[in-house]
Formats: sequence, structure tokens, C-alpha cells
Amino acid sequence: MLSESDLGAIWLTLRLATTVTILLLILGTPLALWLARTRSVFRGPVSALVALPLVLPPTVLGFYLLIFMGPSGPMGKVTEALGLGTLPFTFWGLVVASLLYSLPFVVQPIQNAIEAQGSRPAEVAATLRAGPWDTFRHVTLPLAKPGILTAAVLGFAHTVGEFGVVLMIGGNIPGETRVVSVQIYDHVEALQYTQAHWLSAAMIGFSFTVLLLLYLLQQRKSAVGLRYGA
Amino acid sequence: MAHDMHTAQGIHGHFYLPLGSGKSERPFTLDVRFDLPGRGVTGIFGPSGSGKTTLLRCIAGLQACKHGSLTVNGAVWQTHNGRGRPLPVHQRPLGFVFQQPSLFPHLSARENLAFARQRASEPVSDNDYQDILDLMGIAPLLAQSPDALSGGEQQRVAIARALLIKPRLLLMDEPLASLDQMRKREILPYLEKMHRALDIPVLYVSHSVEEIARLADHLLLLDAGKVSGEGPATSLLSREDFPVQLGDDLGVLLEAKIEARDRHWNLLRATFDGGSLWLRDSGESIGESIRLRVLARDISLTRDPDTQSSILNRLPVRVQEISADRDPAMVLVRLQPYASEATETPVSSRLIARITRRSLHQLALAPGSAVWAQIKSVAIVR
Repeated sequence: MLSESDLGAIWLTLRLATTVTILLLILGTPLALWLARTRSVFRGPVSALVALPLVLPPTVLGFYLLIFMGPSGPMGKVTEALGLGTLPFTFWGLVVASLLYSLPFVVQPIQNAIEAQGSRPAEVAATLRAGPWDTFRHVTLPLAKPGILTAAVLGFAHTVGEFGVVLMIGGNIPGETRVVSVQIYDHVEALQYTQAHWLSAAMIGFSFTVLLLLYLLQQRKSAVGLRYGA
Repeated sequence: MAHDMHTAQGIHGHFYLPLGSGKSERPFTLDVRFDLPGRGVTGIFGPSGSGKTTLLRCIAGLQACKHGSLTVNGAVWQTHNGRGRPLPVHQRPLGFVFQQPSLFPHLSARENLAFARQRASEPVSDNDYQDILDLMGIAPLLAQSPDALSGGEQQRVAIARALLIKPRLLLMDEPLASLDQMRKREILPYLEKMHRALDIPVLYVSHSVEEIARLADHLLLLDAGKVSGEGPATSLLSREDFPVQLGDDLGVLLEAKIEARDRHWNLLRATFDGGSLWLRDSGESIGESIRLRVLARDISLTRDPDTQSSILNRLPVRVQEISADRDPAMVLVRLQPYASEATETPVSSRLIARITRRSLHQLALAPGSAVWAQIKSVAIVR
């Protein structure tokens, strides 16, 4: 069965995925709104940047983040000056890396859901004397709910499943950066196949359940926004 | 500037908006200047692509228009060349009814109405709320979600929602266009009731003569982004040189009053300033003011009063003017009824007959000829 350190890894993974999902919803929603509505010339470049983690090998992302957040990187200097130390090989380092890595999985479903509304609901709201924030809060956001739900599930699941970035930026510190995917890797390296089986089976069960729930919800709400279905 | 002279009442403005400068789009420029009455229904009428909807969106502020001005019954919403920022849409006290019913799908009918009521330009009392529900006949629908309502019901809720913000101006963009004939018939009476109950000005965009004839007091005609005519609906719609090609829909509007009821034959007698007409009794009351529509194709002309005919309505008229129709076989004859045969007092109402060129020749009609107009059918449009 699952050992103490396995349970620790699971707990750490859930904590990481939850933190990242909440932060991504807060940061990703305005970005998605902007991408859905803007006619700025920066729309293309920003869309490409957001989608970059989809195509890059996680090691590339991890490598540059390691340098960027390291003691001589720009962000590393800032965090050190603030007395926070450097972020690599810490939980918060993983959070920052996961934010970037899972960004497209959150931004794109929300963006799709907002684009699918068209401009009509917001126009109607304006003619009903709702200001921009009122409209966003009471019309755009509720109408995008299925997309936001998809975004949350995908962001969470994708963070749970990441491996390459974690290895590059977080290493393998129990209780700090040793997430489930890394734990499985360790088990296999140590030829503890039974342990690896248990954890891997748990991951399969978890992923399948999450996606099944998502699809059932999508069917019920005929929702929009699932571009990366799995 | 002539527009410095305008009075506080009325809707005055101008918009200049070049659109579609891109390669793929057909270039279109809206260039209109208008002075419309500050009350009643003004129909904005014209063929599709004439800029009706664009004009309405400019008035609402949904379409930004740098070169424009707008004053609504004394309140300045937009001044020319950005002297002061144009009022944003959500600060303009207007109601807007879109062509497609556009209830918020995530809210029930009741919540859609509450959305508007909470944001109304002045508090909506429970009485006012109830009145608006009654006006649109939607009280039984409130618990439903929009997708459970028919198109006509959705549009009635949407109109009630627009009224609940207590607008100073109601804009309606072909509110019936997305509905089938049945639903149109179902919703038109509500619009007429609304017309009688409201004292705010309504701008009603349509390309349907039927709707315009029933609802509009005043008309603004658009063609290719420009104003091609403006004036009271009855006189404008009765012109044979009506700038929009009406074809079989050409006819006149007459303001009349119900004078008598013939219970035996189930008929009503209505008088207008050029005589009186028998109508089928559809329940109007004596003394009620109605608007009649007589189509040009429903009038035939005879030299003698042909009493051996199934045609009920026969008026003595004088030919006033003869003009060509688009169809070379047909001509349009403008007729002036006279109030009584004895005096031949000239009246202001006119009739238009659309007859063949051959008949014109056979009857030897010329301006001034005295003839009888036989009217095959008269429709009460309201």
C-alpha cells in the first residue's frame, strides 16, 4: 500500500495543484478577457506566449526558470533583495513554474467561453445601465462559468501531472518539492515496482475520474471552452 | 448653425460615420441629420443595408461615432467633435430592444427583469412594475428560463425589461423580424398598447410596411446611409412617390373614426375627411379613432356609379395626378375625394389607385376627371 512518504507526496501535489489553480483563475481570467476582446496588435504575440508551454519541452521551460529565479537571475535578485531567498528548490518555486506551465490550460477555455458569448450580452447589459465592472461581474463571468469550470479542472489536473519542470526547478526534496510524479520516478529508480504500481494506479484513477466528471458536466451544460480535452 | 435654433423638445442630432474601409468590406457611410418629434413612435424605414440599424446603434452609443451629436428632449448625449466625451451607453437613459430576443440565458425571466429594475434611472414602484408586466402580458412567464419561452414571449419579456429601466427614449431594432407571422400577430397588439400607454419617444426600425403602418406616427426614411424623407407617417406613406419601392404594398393611410355599427350585416361605418367607408366589424367601439389602410391595387375606377356590384365602398373622387408605375403596364392615379357630392369641398385625404395603362386610356382619364373609386378592401391597421 501507500507509504508515509507516498502520502506526503500526494498531499504536497494536491496543495500545489490547488494553489496554482486558484492563482491561475485569478490571473488568467483578466488575461482571457483581454485576449477575447482586444483588437490590439499585441493580441497575436501574447496569445503565442501563452500557448508556448503547450509545445515546449518542460525541460526548456524549467531550465530558463532555473536561471531566471536563480541567485544571478533577475527574479532571483529581486527575491533575495526582499529577503525571500531564491525560489528554485522550494514549494513556491514550483508554484511559479506551474503557473507558467499550466497557463494555457486555464486561459484558453475561459477565452473561448468569452469569445463564444459574442458582444451581444455585454451590449445588452450596457443598454440596461450596467457599467463595465457590473457587466463583467454579473453577465460575462456567469455566462463563462462552464469555461471557467473546464479551466479549473484542466489547470488542476495538468499541474498534478507535471514532471519535467518539477525535476528541473524543484529537484526532489520530501515535503517541499517531491510531488507524486517525482515519487513514482524515485520508486522505479529504486526498483520498488509495487510502490510505483500503487501510486501510478492512483494517478490513473484520479485522472480518469476528473476527466469523466468534466465530460459529464460538459454534456449537461453543452458548454464551450474545451479545446484541450485531455 | 441651423441646429442652434432647436427647441428643448424633440430628438435632434447628426451622425457621420464612414464604415467598411477595409478591402473585404463594402464601403458604407452613414451621413444623417435628423430632427424628430420628442414623443410618439417614429418609424425608421428603409431597405436592408440602408443604415437603419447603424443609426440606431449610434443613437444608443453602441456604435462609437466621432462625428456626431445627439440631444434627446433637452438632454445632451453627445456633442460634435468631442466637445465633452459622449455619454457612455450605460449612462444613457435608453431602452434597447434587439432584433434577436436577447434575454440573459443564465437568468430566469424574473431575474432578467430584476436586472433592469435594479439599475433603473429612477426607482420603479411595485405599481409601475405590475403595469409593465400587464402591458406585455408576461406575469405567467416569470418563473421560466428564457430557453423555455417562445420567441414571441422572449421578445415581450425583453421589451418589458427595456421599459423597466425607465428609459427617456426607447429604441427598437426590428423587434419582430426574427419572429414568424403568427408570433408577429401575437406581439403587435402589445406594441400598440405600449404605444398608447407610454409617453416616451420610441424609435422603431423596420423594413415592414405593415408594422410601420400600424405603429408609426412619424417616419424617417433612409436609403444608402442618407435620409431620403421625413414627415408624418400618414402623409408620407400615402405618397405615390414614396422613396422606398413598395410595389404591391403601396397604398394610403387614413385617419378615421367609427361612426355607426350595423349589427344586421356585421359591419362598421367609419368616416374620414373624404367620406365614409364600410368595414367588417372586428369589435371596435363607436367613436373610436382608427387608422385605415387602403392599398392602391384594391381600388378600381369607374365612370358611372356601378351599383350592381359586390363592392361595398364607392367614393366620388377627382383625378388629381397620373404618374408612371415601375411596371410599364400600370399607372398610379392620385385621387382626391370630396366630402359631399353637392359642395365638392376639397379635403386633405388622398387615395391612390394602381390601374392598367389600358384602363386609363379606355376611361379617358385626365387630371380633373370625375370618377368613382371602388374600394375592394379596407384594412384597419389600428
